[in-house]
Amino acid sequence: MFDDFFIRALVAGVGIAIVAGPLGCLVIWRRLSYFGDTLSHSALLGVTLAYSFSLNIAFSVFVISAVVALLLVSLQKRTKLAGDSLLGLLAHSTLAIGLVLIGFLSYIRFDLMGLLFGDILAVTTADIGLVWIGGSIILIILYFIWKSLFSATVNYDLSAAEGMRPEFSNFIFTLLLAGVIALSIKMIGALLITGLLLIPAAIARNISNSPRQMIVIAILSGILSVVVGLFASLEINTSSGPSIIVVALILFIISLVPLEIKGQLQKR
Amino acid sequence: MNENNNLLVRLRDCGVQKSSKWIVKGISLEIHKGKIVTLIGPNGSGKTTTAKMALNILKSDEGSIENYSTKMAYVPQKISIDWTMPLRVIDFMNLTSHINKDEIIEALELTGVQHLIYDEIHNLSGGEFQRVLIARAIAKKPDLLVLDEPVQGVDFNGEIALYNLIKEICIKLNCGILLISHDLHFVMSATDHVICLNGHICCSGSPKSIVKNSSYIELFGEHNAATLSLYQHEHDHSHQTDGSVKN
Repeated sequence: MFDDFFIRALVAGVGIAIVAGPLGCLVIWRRLSYFGDTLSHSALLGVTLAYSFSLNIAFSVFVISAVVALLLVSLQKRTKLAGDSLLGLLAHSTLAIGLVLIGFLSYIRFDLMGLLFGDILAVTTADIGLVWIGGSIILIILYFIWKSLFSATVNYDLSAAEGMRPEFSNFIFTLLLAGVIALSIKMIGALLITGLLLIPAAIARNISNSPRQMIVIAILSGILSVVVGLFASLEINTSSGPSIIVVALILFIISLVPLEIKGQLQKR
Repeated sequence: MNENNNLLVRLRDCGVQKSSKWIVKGISLEIHKGKIVTLIGPNGSGKTTTAKMALNILKSDEGSIENYSTKMAYVPQKISIDWTMPLRVIDFMNLTSHINKDEIIEALELTGVQHLIYDEIHNLSGGEFQRVLIARAIAKKPDLLVLDEPVQGVDFNGEIALYNLIKEICIKLNCGILLISHDLHFVMSATDHVICLNGHICCSGSPKSIVKNSSYIELFGEHNAATLSLYQHEHDHSHQTDGSVKN
């Protein structure tokens, strides 16, 4: 059944959407979209390093993203720059280093477009295993730190005072984000991963009124975006990442309709 | 355990330093079960910082903190309610521990906001949200309750009712309460121990010993009069601009 590349891509993509749902909601709640962007830009560096030293791509991306996240924390303590400036600094310098390294690796045939925007042809059976096993691990860890993470998202002091140890769960959350980026880089590509985290969660925000509902809707709209996006990618021969994100955007626009209707009704 | 089973928190000579400046220094206090300890003092005098030390949110840069409390609840001074999260009151009540629905409703009834249980938090007014915060802390049935200006933004009648509720809760749950308040009326009439802060402990003791002339407050009854009389404590020291003691 997994012989067909398209089926493989679908199975992997759905797995990614399930993991991206709850993490995406947290990214939105904590206003971390630029942080996600920085991690995913640094993922390109991870990929080139993987090629240079023939490492596993997901592993190398995970390590680089985690290092960048730690660097950010230590720079925040040491410098007087605001968080967003530091994020921009790290995002673009790691992206640049990654691209420079690709130039050095001219002896390896590189599919740069594939790295940046995702390539469904590249998804192997091993990748499916990685996505589902890695994804399950991420979700299980998330389940155990959820109460702490969630309460710290609402109010850090309150969470700390009531024994939730938010500092620890914040740190783990950063690693989980790096993990989901590592899992999805082949499929979605370095430039667009944050889109798959953010847009389904944004759709869910428009039409939900409790945190749990928002997570469920984020997962469902993520899956829908992946499935429709991949079919479109196959039909009209476009890169998989952008196709998925465009579908997600269309869903987002549709999700605005109930808000509009509600607003109109309230005016009357 | 400790020699005194009623002791919840003991701070000995604690202080917090931020970029080589002491925010508070030399703070010693004890909170016991069933007692209300109040912190009063001007803005920036370190009331919230002291509360955060007692709650283990901030580490003390000197002295020692003993904390024997098993369940703490906190009503912080400011929570921004500009959330991107669809959070209803009932979700917020369950934030740090699972509380069953009957107890949630009961606690919300105590603070008079049971009708808001399914409303989204960001649609509440400041006063309503403050009531929800207090209800949440009560519903946790803590043994140590820290309230940082809990009635800000609450209407006048509500203020009195909530202060009475705090007193009631203290007796009913037999919990220790650390309260930061500007309402000197309540502080003087209902609390067991008052600490006057200004970067350090200016004076502390029972309300009566703090205000030598407590009948003065009762006579005038007004907020301003109370304020004036309160700060008429006998100063055996003078302050520098940062609140530290001049030698």
